Amino acid sequence: MNMPMYVSPEQVMKDRADYARKGITRGRAAIVSVFSDGVLLCAENPSNTLRKIGEIYDRIGFIGVGKYNEFDQLRVAGVRHADLKGYSFSREDVDARWLANQYAQTLGQYFTHEMKPLEVEIAIAEIGEESGSDQIFHLLYDGTVMDTETFVVIGGETETVKTRLEESWKSNQPLTVVLNQAVNALAGPDRTLKADDLEVAVLGRGNGRRAFHRIENETLDGHLSEN
Amino acid sequence: MTLPRFSPDSDPGPDFLGLLQRLDRSPSWNGVQVDANQITHGTTVVAIQTLDGVVMSGDRRATSGHLISHRTIEKVFPADQHSGVAIAGAAGPAMEMVRLFQLQIEHYEKVEGRPLSLDGKANQLSQMLRSNLPAALQGLGVVPIFAGFDEKLQKGRLFEFDITGGRYEEKDFATSGSGSLHASTVLKLRHNGKLSTDEAIDLSIEALFHAADEDSATGGPDPIRGIYPVVAVINSSGFTRIEDSELATRTNRLVEKVTGERS
Repeated sequence: MNMPMYVSPEQVMKDRADYARKGITRGRAAIVSVFSDGVLLCAENPSNTLRKIGEIYDRIGFIGVGKYNEFDQLRVAGVRHADLKGYSFSREDVDARWLANQYAQTLGQYFTHEMKPLEVEIAIAEIGEESGSDQIFHLLYDGTVMDTETFVVIGGETETVKTRLEESWKSNQPLTVVLNQAVNALAGPDRTLKADDLEVAVLGRGNGRRAFHRIENETLDGHLSEN
Repeated sequence: MTLPRFSPDSDPGPDFLGLLQRLDRSPSWNGVQVDANQITHGTTVVAIQTLDGVVMSGDRRATSGHLISHRTIEKVFPADQHSGVAIAGAAGPAMEMVRLFQLQIEHYEKVEGRPLSLDGKANQLSQMLRSNLPAALQGLGVVPIFAGFDEKLQKGRLFEFDITGGRYEEKDFATSGSGSLHASTVLKLRHNGKLSTDEAIDLSIEALFHAADEDSATGGPDPIRGIYPVVAVINSSGFTRIEDSELATRTNRLVEKVTGERS
C-alpha cells in the first residue's frame, strides 16, 4: 500500500505563502494615501491599457499588484458585487468594509483550498463625507485584512518604499504634495518617474456622486512639475 | 451574498443584465395580465435637437385610468453624463428599466475601463425593450426616448423606440406618450433645424403646454403648487437639469405671449 508522504500543515502554508510572495514581489510597488480632499491611488505602471487601478463604486476605488489576470478578476468581481448590492438595496448601503470582508473570504478560500494561492496584494479605499473619515483596507494573498487611515504601500520592496514615504508624509496635505511624495518614494533616490511610467487616480470629495477620477497626461505632468 | 465567481465560459463580461440573469435575479413581469386602468402610466415626453446638443423634457403627470395618480412624477433621467432617457408608458416597469439602463451603462464603463458609444447605449435600450415585449403585450408597455451628445461626432442625437425594441434615429425631434401627437405638431411647425438651446427649452415647454391642453393624461404647468415640467439640457459639458425657478419664468413668458396673441 502506498502511503502519502507526510507534510506538516506548517510546511504547506509556508510553501504556499512563499509561492504567493515571490509572485507579488516581482512587480512594482503601489501606494494608496489619503490627502486633504480625498484618497490618492498611485502605481508604477508603464502600460496604458493594463490597469492596476479601478473604480469599484461611487466612493470606492481599487488597486492591485501581482499577477494581472488574478487581481483584475478580483476587481471585476468587486464591481459586480457592489453594483448588485446597490441594485438590491440602495447606493448608500455599499461600503468598503463589507467589500474588504468579501475579498478576504475569497483570498482566504484560494489560499487554503485551491491548487495555488492568488499571487496578488490589493487595497481598496473609500472616501468619507469629510476629511479624516477616509478608509483604506489592505488585503494580503492569504486573506489577511488590515485597515488604515493614513497610507499603505503594496507590492514589491514595500518596506523600502514605506520607509521613504514615512520620512515626508504628513496628514491633511494637498494632492500635489502627496502625489509627489508618493512618486518619489516609488522611484527611490536613483530614478525619476515620468507621467508615462505612472498610473494615478483619486477619489475626490469634490467630484460628485462618482468620486473616482483618473489623473493623466498634462494634468499629471502639471502635478509632477510642481515638485 | 458572496463575491460572484464565474468559470470563463459562463462569465457575463461587462453585461450587468447578463449577471442578473446568471444569478436568477432578472426582474420579470411575464405571465401576469394587468388591467391598464389599475396601473400607473407616465405620459408625454419630448426631445429636441439643438445646435450644440439636445433638450429633453417631460410633463409631471401620472395617471391610472382616468384618475391622476401623481402630480410630480419625473420622466426624464440622466442615463450617464452625456445622455438622457425619457419614459412613457407603464410607470413601474419603465422606472425599473431606467434604473437598469443607468446601471448597465455604468457597469460596462467600470468593468471595461471605457464608456459605451452612444450607439451602443441606444442598442442596449433596444434589447431591454425587446425582452420586455411579453410584458408589453400584457399591458405593461414602455416606450422611451433616448438622446445624448455623441462625443465622437460632436453633436446631439435622438432615438425613438417602440415596444418591440425597434430603434429609430430622428433628426429634429422625438416624442413619446399619449400627448405626443399634439406635442409633435407644435415641434414640427416650430423646429427650423437650427435652434439654440435657449429656443429649444422654450419650445419644449410650449409643446408640452399644448399637449396638456388637448390630452387629459398630460399635466400642464401648475403655478399654484409650483410644478413645472422636467427640462434637461445635454451638450458637450454634460447633463444639466434646468431649475424650477427658471422654468417658472419661461412658463410665465409663454402664458403672456399666448394671452397677448388672443387680446
